[in-house]
Amino acid sequence: MAKSLFEKVWAAHAVRTLANGQTQLLIGTHLIHEVTSPQAFGMLRDLGLKVAMPHRTFATVDHIVPTDQLVEPYRDPLAQAMMEELRRNCAQSGITFFDRATGKQGIVHIVGPEQGITQPGTTIACGDSHTSTHGAFGAVAFGIGTTQIRDVLATQTMALGKLKVRRINVRGRLRPGVYAKDVILHIIRVLGVNGGTGYAYEYGGEVFDRFSMEERMTVCNMSIEGGARAGYVNPDQTTFDYLKGRPYSPQGAAWDAAVERWRGFASDPGCHYDDVVNIEAADIAPTVTWGINPGQGIAITESIPDPARATAADERASIEEALAYMKLRPGAAIKGTRIDVAFIGSCTNGRLSDFREVARHVRGRRVAAGVKAIAVPGSQIVALQCEKEGIDQVLRDAGFEWRGAGCSMCLAMNPDKLIGDQLCASSSNRNFKGRQGSPTGRTLLMSPLMVAAAAVTGSVADAREVFAVNS
Amino acid sequence: MALEKITAVTGRAVCVPGNDIDTDRIIPARFMKCVTFDGLGEFLFHDVRKNADGSDQPHPLNDPRFRGATILLSGANFGCGSSREHAPQAIQKHGFRAVVAESFAEIFFGNCTTLGIPCAAAARADIARLTAAIEADPGLEVTVDVAAGAIRFGGQSIPAEVRPAARDALIHGRWDAIGELLDGLPAVQALAARTPYLAA
Ligand code: SF4
Repeated sequence: MAKSLFEKVWAAHAVRTLANGQTQLLIGTHLIHEVTSPQAFGMLRDLGLKVAMPHRTFATVDHIVPTDQLVEPYRDPLAQAMMEELRRNCAQSGITFFDRATGKQGIVHIVGPEQGITQPGTTIACGDSHTSTHGAFGAVAFGIGTTQIRDVLATQTMALGKLKVRRINVRGRLRPGVYAKDVILHIIRVLGVNGGTGYAYEYGGEVFDRFSMEERMTVCNMSIEGGARAGYVNPDQTTFDYLKGRPYSPQGAAWDAAVERWRGFASDPGCHYDDVVNIEAADIAPTVTWGINPGQGIAITESIPDPARATAADERASIEEALAYMKLRPGAAIKGTRIDVAFIGSCTNGRLSDFREVARHVRGRRVAAGVKAIAVPGSQIVALQCEKEGIDQVLRDAGFEWRGAGCSMCLAMNPDKLIGDQLCASSSNRNFKGRQGSPTGRTLLMSPLMVAAAAVTGSVADAREVFAVNS
Repeated sequence: MALEKITAVTGRAVCVPGNDIDTDRIIPARFMKCVTFDGLGEFLFHDVRKNADGSDQPHPLNDPRFRGATILLSGANFGCGSSREHAPQAIQKHGFRAVVAESFAEIFFGNCTTLGIPCAAAARADIARLTAAIEADPGLEVTVDVAAGAIRFGGQSIPAEVRPAARDALIHGRWDAIGELLDGLPAVQALAARTPYLAA
């Protein structure tokens, strides 16, 4: 019978059915970072348990690392303590840790793919909601809580109920100046921030067939913002080409066997989906959020919604709440809104292709007076490659600060934070109240090139006009 | 590991209204700089409860009438956003034993269940009725009956369902899966040995 990738991967990793009807699911790859794992190691110690398969857990440090201070001890003693706790836990359990000294450190969702640890047909868990990123490789990848991290450490499995699968086809071709980020912001706008509850999203169609792995990762990354627990793209030649020769990719004869196996995981033609949604690529414009959840987005050419025009009381209340927080005027154009900060980075858009695209367009331009612009590579390897290509210099010349690898201003568990009610054009994934470190800070989500356009003009702008993008 | 069988939670309730209350709001990221969960309770909803100078803002959790409440009421899509278990941990450490909302974000729901916090979904109108009742009488005894799928208060009863798998786990004392998962270890090892990328 024809099966979806999700069903095949699930079946290949199901150990048994538990008394409550959930499945004990084998987790092939476990990724950990400093924020959510220390408590899990503590629980393990309390129970007198050991890490079952330490060679299947990989660690990195990303959330708390200062991006402007590369040597320890960090100025923040709490950050330093978390760093040391992770280091100690990994050393004691025999877990590979991509510490800063290895040159391979970075945001967990960038490191896994970069090292070739993220592979098709596997199950991946990490105590971080954006684990859905790894689905870009045709893996079934979940964000989990700390107690489940304990479960995975102790048993390499977790208890989970099966998800439904929604196929999302994005058909046709994207217009120039429209990026993967716009695709996912558009999907979330259409399906809602909880439209994905209970589902894994399978993304496909011509747009995804043509997408690079980095673009696929950007979309899968934000599946969680659409309420889906996981998101994936079927593995194809693009996937295999990306993985070939990576440190943890199979080599030699094992490589050919792996590719053969990986191909077999792709969804079969005619398989059953619980739901199918079709989206026309031509309908997608550069998209910007105006509110306090990622579904509150509009095309750059649209106006900020007016609560008076809302059809339901609920919708009216949520628009009012968002506009009051965002200090934006209903009915006004989003274009032209003054910004204070521009942030390019995060696990959504902190990869080489993001910085290449920005550098290509900002070369010779200057960040507007009064705007603080920071560019933060998602990993040390991304940083190094950007530096080899001179991208860092182009950005510095334009007036961006070029930082060390980490989560930085995506969530502000490190010194990079908004101040007061600053408005930030951000390539990250969340615009919740206070997300970027100030309880009154304001975030507008958009693609990296749109952030760059806002940076050089000092206000929200259409990158297609600012940079004359037409191809 | 013998776990408590959570069939019902009885106590006083407090309502934190609003839809899409995300885990950043429940526990702001800066309080996640910790290596244990102890002490998280005092930072629950911190940024909407406190002013920058540390003084209180008007917030249901600051309202002395509702001090000591063990049942938290809220709106739709409660607990969305980050998967941080710090959120349910903060809720539990603050003293809450059950959450009632119109709907819950997936990961948050799972995290709560694993900690033995029932998340019961009720209709908006019913939550409003319950909220009106506790506003009128903050000392009102409220029972979230996990087994029966109902909430009882002041002679009234409203339907409130904990999803079946979670409900079973709670009422049978199986909400923390670790014991059962450990029992399966031989089968886990056998499957891993047959799984090409793990066997290598
Ligand atoms: S970049 Fe942001 S979303 Fe991604 S892992 Fe770091 S904090 Fe989380």
